[in-house]
Amino acid sequence: MAVCVAVIAKENYPLYIRSIPTENELKFHYMVHTSLDVVDEKISAMGKALVDQRELYLGLLYPTEDYKVYGYVTNSKVKFVMVVDSSNTALRDNEIRSMFRKLHNSYTDVMCNPFYNPGDRIQSRWTKRMLRVLASSGHS
Amino acid sequence: MADPALFEFLHTEMVAELWAQDPDPGPGGQKTSLLVLEGMGFRVGQALGERLPRETLTFREELDILKFLCKDLWVAVFHKQMDSLRTNHQVQAPLRLPGTLLCPQGTYVLQDNSFPLLVRMASGLQYLEEAPKFLAFTCGLLRGTLSTLGVKSLVTASVAALPACKFQVVIQKL
Repeated sequence: MAVCVAVIAKENYPLYIRSIPTENELKFHYMVHTSLDVVDEKISAMGKALVDQRELYLGLLYPTEDYKVYGYVTNSKVKFVMVVDSSNTALRDNEIRSMFRKLHNSYTDVMCNPFYNPGDRIQSRWTKRMLRVLASSGHS
Repeated sequence: MADPALFEFLHTEMVAELWAQDPDPGPGGQKTSLLVLEGMGFRVGQALGERLPRETLTFREELDILKFLCKDLWVAVFHKQMDSLRTNHQVQAPLRLPGTLLCPQGTYVLQDNSFPLLVRMASGLQYLEEAPKFLAFTCGLLRGTLSTLGVKSLVTASVAALPACKFQVVIQKL
């Protein structure tokens, strides 16, 4: 079950970060922050590799003993990071990909909102939608 | 389907509204209106830059981004592709210090031989002075899309004879 979702802007500051067990939030914030280094590494590796590896989904960034961290980067260099509970081993790659796709669609909708200024923190009804995505991912 | 017509009508109204406000069309007032149009185009371009390349893989280089503009963006907004894309790289050497490399400033010229927003106006040289108003929004659109895709640029438009027009995109290397 996804425990934390974060949207990070091109300049590496968070646009939206939300975790489900609301105590201990700082630990997840820290985990997302450290995962940014891995994301940057993967992006630069992708640029240098001559293989046609130009996917948006980055895959498993790094596993810890309790959690696994997945990453996804868009064409506008906005990064999505998701922290998933390790105990739920039934979550397959496809499901993670579909969750990221839903996230990307919601982010595109936020961007198209004329009242939203790009670069601001995301505060709209997005939060409810995201919580629903997180909760629904628990059914696996 | 009436989709292209809707955008054309909206755009014509936008230009008409901004110019109707100005009782004394001096150079100052005109400039603000052009800036406003360009700003609107910029915001729309930012949103389109997020929505359109959704399923495409990451762009490997600048030329890919420009090709995306000519094909996908133009088709999405104007229902036709850009007619030609030319590069016009100029090598600039501001200060000749030993050890510096000459940094080429990327310039691209996008040409559209029958720009949909100008096609209804006239064909030939008539109304050439009115043409820039109708191009400001599109310049902003290009600039906004480029900025979401990570490229800082300056876009200007020029019209030699309606309805053909050229958009010059100068990529600013930071």
